[in-house]
Amino acid sequence: MIEVRELRREFKVATSKGLRRNYKTVTAVDGVTFDVKAGEAVGYVGPNGAGKSTTIKMLTGILVPTSGHIQVSGVDPAKQRRDLAKRIGVVFGQRSQLWWDLPLKDSFDLLKSIYRVSTQDYQARLDECVELLGMQELLITPVRQLSLGQRMRGEITAALLHAPELLVLDEPTIGLDLESKERLREFLADINTRRGTTLLLTTHDLDDIERLCPRLMVIDHGRVLADGPLAELRAEVTPDRELVIDLREPGPAPDVPGVTAVRSEANGLRHHLTFRRAEITAAQLITQVVRQVEVHDLAVVEPEIDDVIRKLYQRQVDQEAHR
Amino acid sequence: MADVIYPKLIAAKLRSQMVYRASFAVDFVSQVMAQSYELIVILVLFSQINALGGFTKNEVLLMYAFAGAAFGVADLFAGQLDNLPTYIRTGTFDVLLMRPLGTLPQIMVSDIRLRRVGRITGALAVMAYALSHVAIDWTPAKIVLTILTPMAGAVIYSAVWVVACSICFWIVEGREFANAVTYGSNAFTSYPINVYSAPLRWVMAFIVPGAFVAYYPSLALLGKEDPLGLPGWVGWTSPLVAALAATVAGLVWRFAVRHYRGTGS
Amino acid sequence: MLAGMTTNVVFGLLRLAIISAAVTAANGEIADYDIAATNTYVWIGQGLLGFVLLWGNNELAERVRSGDVVVDLYRPWHLQGALLAQDVGRGGFAFMTRLAPPMVFGMLLFPFQFPDNPVRWPLFLLSAVIALVISFGVRFLVEISAFWLLDNRGVYGFWNVTSGLLCGLTVPISFFPEWARDTLWMTPFPALLQAPIDVFLGHGSTAKLLLYQLFWAAVVLATGHLALQRAVRKVVVQGG
Ligand SMILES: Nc1ncnc2c1ncn2[C@@H]1O[C@H](COP(=O)(O)OP(=O)(O)OP(=O)(O)O)[C@@H](O)[C@H]1O
Ligand SMILES: [Mg+2]
Repeated sequence: MIEVRELRREFKVATSKGLRRNYKTVTAVDGVTFDVKAGEAVGYVGPNGAGKSTTIKMLTGILVPTSGHIQVSGVDPAKQRRDLAKRIGVVFGQRSQLWWDLPLKDSFDLLKSIYRVSTQDYQARLDECVELLGMQELLITPVRQLSLGQRMRGEITAALLHAPELLVLDEPTIGLDLESKERLREFLADINTRRGTTLLLTTHDLDDIERLCPRLMVIDHGRVLADGPLAELRAEVTPDRELVIDLREPGPAPDVPGVTAVRSEANGLRHHLTFRRAEITAAQLITQVVRQVEVHDLAVVEPEIDDVIRKLYQRQVDQEAHR
Repeated sequence: MADVIYPKLIAAKLRSQMVYRASFAVDFVSQVMAQSYELIVILVLFSQINALGGFTKNEVLLMYAFAGAAFGVADLFAGQLDNLPTYIRTGTFDVLLMRPLGTLPQIMVSDIRLRRVGRITGALAVMAYALSHVAIDWTPAKIVLTILTPMAGAVIYSAVWVVACSICFWIVEGREFANAVTYGSNAFTSYPINVYSAPLRWVMAFIVPGAFVAYYPSLALLGKEDPLGLPGWVGWTSPLVAALAATVAGLVWRFAVRHYRGTGS
Repeated sequence: MLAGMTTNVVFGLLRLAIISAAVTAANGEIADYDIAATNTYVWIGQGLLGFVLLWGNNELAERVRSGDVVVDLYRPWHLQGALLAQDVGRGGFAFMTRLAPPMVFGMLLFPFQFPDNPVRWPLFLLSAVIALVISFGVRFLVEISAFWLLDNRGVYGFWNVTSGLLCGLTVPISFFPEWARDTLWMTPFPALLQAPIDVFLGHGSTAKLLLYQLFWAAVVLATGHLALQRAVRKVVVQGG
């Protein structure tokens, strides 16, 4: 669905000091390579200024790359922008593609004509989105009177009316409250699994990734730091997992080889043990633990996704320091 | 099919303008006045002289009217390009690029203002007056030429507008420069071009093909010799020049959009 | 800045060509304007345009519309006076950046009519400054019309469209038919551009021109003052 090879984009920025004007080159995207297969849902994350939006703009034909190769839905975005536009849907959390002064429904009608959607398909898709996103009352409201969350539902519907095979979202959940976020995620997960629409989304809210994207790509300074299933990335950067056990009676931590008791709480009622994924599985460990002590409750804690990403950055910084 | 969307986009824009029911009448009158400005200048000058560059008052009025009608039509559509810097700054241009339509036609229908018809109305009135007061040996070909001239002129002005505004992709304050070219060439083309000094004439007549908007077609209609020595058939070539200008403008625009860099956010 | 300069020069060249052609067609002179005088007229006009700031930015009117103007009104100053002071300050800068360059351009490249008497230089300067004050006064009136109209963009657009002709920017006022000429000189508009140019060229009585300008400066400023007073009362009433 998406094929990206050695993608680069530079910007010349003026740095005026006093009267003289100098130009320096900012490399926003610096040799990015990845593939996305049909039906995948990929999260694209990274700190501010990492180059996420710039990548997305090149994938959607808005910006022309400085160098590198892109193919999306079988076409070159820079050369066949209009063909591409018919096949993909794009949502920018910070831009609106709706007509500001018109009722929401009018915007949809216009998009129907722009994308030449048949009346039948249009009605079916619109009904589905309206239903799932709860927009019944919003259709007759002028867009400028919609709240951010309401508008975002409209934006996503607008991007889906022509049933794109790929939906690209740049920070779709920015500024939304928890409930709206949850509703959006549910909806996106649904169209990904049921309709098979490929998803690529950037976000700063890692819950989005956790809920939606089996695959994660991390970018910083224009380079991909990591790419893979969330679980694998976790295993790779944070090899330690944690087992929390609550005992029936206060006592010392069980002693299993290769496992460290990091701390205990509640006067020895609760113990935190860390263990290496590679050396022992959770099941093995639990078996050994229950042999030694009487366990009231236990839980395996995965490292937070934030930790994973923080570690990835850290690793990058270390590598650069080494060079 | 492809064309059916643009009327819809225009209708949508007109509907949303109804929201701000601005003083349409005042605006309309302002547009008529703007168009009358050069007319008054011509009348004032001819209150002192009998001929300008060898042309009578009514002949100059004919050129003025051709130029005005062409400019009015161009302004109706290409005039929206004046919003380009805003579109670039606010990211609206990104949205245009997301759609399966050309960016240029989308901009042209993005902000149609009906009151701009005021200009065209004024120019057409003067054209009717001038045509009935100059000596023309009417032939069917000349009738066609009369009808084609404002249209070809509109295409030429629009092309000039597109090329001039393309500079906004590189320079932030490109708009003022672009306006100098567009409004400047409107003022320029309302007069016989032999009044201008050679360098100005060359730039404004052949690089910016303003002389083909009104001057050469008027010569052909009036059956007059070009004081600058170009052959008579030149006056019939405006549609060709318009096609050429439109092609060049399309290429320049394409090149410029490839250099679009968006905004940082 | 550069773009503004280009625009200014392009329009200057176009107007120069057209009026010169007319002057040539009239055997070299129309109403005291020969080629040198025409050139001088055009380039002083292009310079004064920016110096007196014929077309403002309607900023005050926008503040009236948005209601922000209340802040300006309750400051311990005389709003009109403060804005005038600002505008004179702007003029000091614009003298170098807007007025001088086109004039020098015209002097260097075309036949130029220098004053017959050196005393005309300071008199021209004086006349230009009064013109700036009148220009401010007219713009101020246009802007505060927003107190009554709320949306004054019609008036503003009207002024922008007509002022070039009324003030003598595009064609010298003396080219107009007699009735139009006489009518125009009864209004403040020629005082903005044509009067300083006439002072420089020595057309008409300089003393009369300066008195005419002073008279209109007083009238325009006084009208602005009174109008503002009424406007303030209106705002206070609305606010209470
Ligand atoms: N139009 C532009 N002109 C100049 N520099 C730009 C432009 N667009 C982006 N940049 C620069 O490129 C870099 C990457 O920007 P980009 O918008 O892709 O970041 P991002 O990952 O989307 O960040 P954020 O999370 O803040 O949205 C930044 O350093 C930014 O300043
Ligand atoms: Mg971004």
